[in-house]
Amino acid sequence: MSDDIETEFETEGVEKKFMFLNRKAPYGTIYALEMLETVLISAAFDQDVSLVFMDDGVYQLKKGCDTKSVNMKNFSSTYKALGDYDIQKLYVERESLEARGLTVDDLTEVVYEDEDDDWAEKPAIRVVSRDEIAVLMEEQDVVISA
Amino acid sequence: MKYGILINEGPFTHQASDTAYQFTKAAIEKGHRVLRVFFYHDGVNNANALSEPQSDDRNLVKLWGDLAKEHKIDLVVCVAAGLRRGIKDQVLAEGFRISGLGQLTEIGMAADRLLTFGD
Repeated sequence: MSDDIETEFETEGVEKKFMFLNRKAPYGTIYALEMLETVLISAAFDQDVSLVFMDDGVYQLKKGCDTKSVNMKNFSSTYKALGDYDIQKLYVERESLEARGLTVDDLTEVVYEDEDDDWAEKPAIRVVSRDEIAVLMEEQDVVISA
Repeated sequence: MKYGILINEGPFTHQASDTAYQFTKAAIEKGHRVLRVFFYHDGVNNANALSEPQSDDRNLVKLWGDLAKEHKIDLVVCVAAGLRRGIKDQVLAEGFRISGLGQLTEIGMAADRLLTFGD
């Protein structure tokens, strides 16, 4: 590439609301795995990160995924670690859960430590309605979906 | 307006890259600026110099390279997604560069709008 193309942009002090919209099952396609890589990088940039799980994306948080028989790398434990990256908001769409016969008890527990509350452990997963997700989406600066 | 573009699909199975290309061209013609196009997931295949479509078909690898050269657009291929799919310096088409996922976050921060083109 030629040298006169600008490859660096001013981002000093920028903090935006980034939403990652997960709509696909965790295994069978690579979208969920690669999306997680993007999420972790964004957290390292100190952005205001939230994740939404809807449609088959709700399966990404399901407990007890066993990938041995399909020979895929099992990365389900990464979701549990999101709290350690200070990712505090995982929104799961209620309608998508219900349509698949799932409840919040079927989901992996994800907790974060709340620095404003003496580092108390709090649940990061919040089950919300489709309408509430629409409102949250409206508040975002950047929405990345896969 | 300053745009960032994210392309999540390769050049043939899906229309995503075609649509992104048409959008980018139209935005520039209207006087907007496209800061960076980031290629992720199978989108990294848009940078494969070995890609050889039939002569009566469009060649997106070349189209992107030409557009970037003409309008000085930064075309970035994700290194991790690229390695999985064999998109490395040895096969990288002209006009593209390989870099990390942080370049996607950065463009989300710097642009007024980040548009995703995918399935």
